[in-house]
Amino acid sequence: MNNNLVPLSELPPGRLGIVKNLAVEGVARRRMFDLGLIHGTAVESLMKSPAGDPIAYRIRGAVIALRLEEAEKLLVEVR
Amino acid sequence: MAMGLSRQSTGTGALKEIFPVQLGTDADYIIALAGNPNTGKSTVFNSLTGLNQHTGNWPGKTVACAQGKYDYKGNRYLLVDLPGTYSLLANSVEEQVARDFICFGNPHATVVVTDATCLERNLNLVLQIMEITNKVVLCVNLMDEARRKKITVDLHKLGNLLGIPVIGTAARSGEGLEELKETLRKVVSGEIKTKPRKVLYDDVLEQAVARILPLVSGLTGGRVDDKWLALRLIDDDQALLNSLKSYVHLNPADDKIFRRKLAAAQIVLGESYFDLNNLRDCIVTSIVKTAENISNEVVTCSDNSRSELDRKLDGILTSRLFGIPIMLGLLGMTFWLTIVGANIPSTILANGLFLLEEQLTFFFARLGTPPWIHGILVTGMYRTLAWVVSVMLPPMAIFFPLFTLLEDFGYLPRVAFNLDYYFKKACTHGKQALTMCMGFGCNAAGIIACRIIDSPRERLIATVTNNFVPCNGRFPTLIALAGMFLAGGANIFGSAVAAVSVMAAVVLGITTTLFVSKLLSQTVLKGLPSAFTLELPPYRKPQIGRIIVRSIFDRTLYVLGRAVAVAAPAGLVIWLMANIRVGNASILSLCAHFLNPFATALGLDGYILMAFILGFPANEIVIPVLIMSYMAKGAMLELDSLEQMRQLFLNNGWTWLTAVCMILFSLNHWPCGTTLWTIRKETQSPKWTLLSFLVPTATGIVLCFLVAQSARLLGIAGN
Repeated sequence: MNNNLVPLSELPPGRLGIVKNLAVEGVARRRMFDLGLIHGTAVESLMKSPAGDPIAYRIRGAVIALRLEEAEKLLVEVR
Repeated sequence: MAMGLSRQSTGTGALKEIFPVQLGTDADYIIALAGNPNTGKSTVFNSLTGLNQHTGNWPGKTVACAQGKYDYKGNRYLLVDLPGTYSLLANSVEEQVARDFICFGNPHATVVVTDATCLERNLNLVLQIMEITNKVVLCVNLMDEARRKKITVDLHKLGNLLGIPVIGTAARSGEGLEELKETLRKVVSGEIKTKPRKVLYDDVLEQAVARILPLVSGLTGGRVDDKWLALRLIDDDQALLNSLKSYVHLNPADDKIFRRKLAAAQIVLGESYFDLNNLRDCIVTSIVKTAENISNEVVTCSDNSRSELDRKLDGILTSRLFGIPIMLGLLGMTFWLTIVGANIPSTILANGLFLLEEQLTFFFARLGTPPWIHGILVTGMYRTLAWVVSVMLPPMAIFFPLFTLLEDFGYLPRVAFNLDYYFKKACTHGKQALTMCMGFGCNAAGIIACRIIDSPRERLIATVTNNFVPCNGRFPTLIALAGMFLAGGANIFGSAVAAVSVMAAVVLGITTTLFVSKLLSQTVLKGLPSAFTLELPPYRKPQIGRIIVRSIFDRTLYVLGRAVAVAAPAGLVIWLMANIRVGNASILSLCAHFLNPFATALGLDGYILMAFILGFPANEIVIPVLIMSYMAKGAMLELDSLEQMRQLFLNNGWTWLTAVCMILFSLNHWPCGTTLWTIRKETQSPKWTLLSFLVPTATGIVLCFLVAQSARLLGIAGN
């Protein structure tokens, strides 16, 4: 079941993923919590910025842009 | 109970010093206004209080605090606008300020403003506030946006689930605000008893809380909820401990029994959670899950077409191919409309104001006052003022509404999204793109906006480099020079060339910002970019009426007022410098001659450099001062067209190179007085203020020197 796990940054635009692992610590982790980003949260990849980074995601109804450094530390199960 | 803890009385007197609220004044009730950013909280605040507001800072903190009053059914309510936050757990300064006010500011009720289109995430904060205090009213704002997006929120059910009054509003049109006031009246008077639903945690945590609860109950005299306090203490919340100490003189850690019991509870918890970090995860998870469940029960979305439209717009405005060209296009369009639109009203204003000057001269002549009084007041002060108003007012009255239009539409966060990659490469914060955009209006405003950047290192970089983008005071200089020397004609084509030149100057400013930011983050402000999240709020239909009012009153008149306040005394000083003679020359020309060799090396001349120095109080007066210095008469002439101005400059040895170097120096030189003063206030440091002065100045000197010398070497300087 875990073979479907990819970093959020690699989730193709338009696809939905379920957060399975948040490998961020400290302030960054709390920022994720503020967005309601916890284990089990559904995240949809929306669009890339012109340079390909950051990428915008739909998280609990809000559109949030995350830089590559953060997005690659979130492992999601692709739906 | 055998406890060494006791609550010491703290009157409102003590609180007055801690919080900026004027408790002793005529307000009967204090209402705290909390909410996430981007929920229209300030619109609710503005609609309720009107112009009856006072803004300042929280004592000792660079966090803005707005207070306002309104009267309702015979009582006066004081509304305190708390900083917009996503939660009260993460302990940024804003969150601390907001939490402390809810806990210890003794509000009679707290209103939480939420976004109806994004209720689930907003409920996080609502649940957290409901844990602290019982007197909570939920204001579900942006109901109009929700309707447009076909999102329905069952407010009645939401109220039942939460146990607090829930009011749906659309603050921009005033919908629901009367009901909000009425509900607040009922809550503060006790007519409505609120029974907020408290978040339930897992058994282990609930048991630990139950152990501590008897020790803390009644400690704060009902200011904060006992269970919440117990939970915060178990979570080892140092910020809250400090606040307890300073606001209610409580220090639970002083008490031996309490310490022992707390440690015991934490050990039991540690066995199930491994460490306290997991405890924090567990707390957040419970809150987020509760919010999710509630949201699932009350929010339904029947149609996604509206947010599909948003995605389509985003697909174009932030696309790899068109994102940046569209951004530059919009910027160029704004400049072009400003240049084209400002010409005629500028001339009309100038004619009118100089007609008035003739009347003033006539009036002074009739009074028979000595010529020097007329000189100081009319040819010195009035003429400078007239120049500043006629040169500045029309472009501002066009530029600011256009800029506010883009802002209101929701475009600025997209600019930040498009440019973030480059800011990351410069090791700075993504939100610097936003503070930079604010700098286009006014650098001092841009500096204040830097507060949105949490990391001190990145905030300093954003502060020091803000001056590289031209503010509104410098746009007229850029526009005038581009129009005179680079456009080559006052037709549509000419103004397009001028607009492109101004845009090139802006792009250069952004490039310099990135380059210097990178330089700073590799030298004096070493470090890696910190984690950040950027919200891209939904596009909103701009409200033209509101935009015009807001941009005219908040921006145009504010900037103009400042310019006028500075221009009048500056006009006086310049008149004196131009008219007091030492030997054969005026003080002004003596200074200019002294500066001339250095200025010439930079492609400028002594008068231009002198104009920049005299323009320190406000960049707006640089061109007027320059014109005045060039006039042998020692006062600003009536120049009714740009062509005459161009002739005057040509007579004083100008070439295209002079114009280019002056544009460059205008972009890159010391910040104006107001901006420096703001930097000093925000950074609390003379060192960073000095650096903010030196960095752009050095950049300007180097840039102008390189351009002037290369042009002369290549023999294309034109003279």
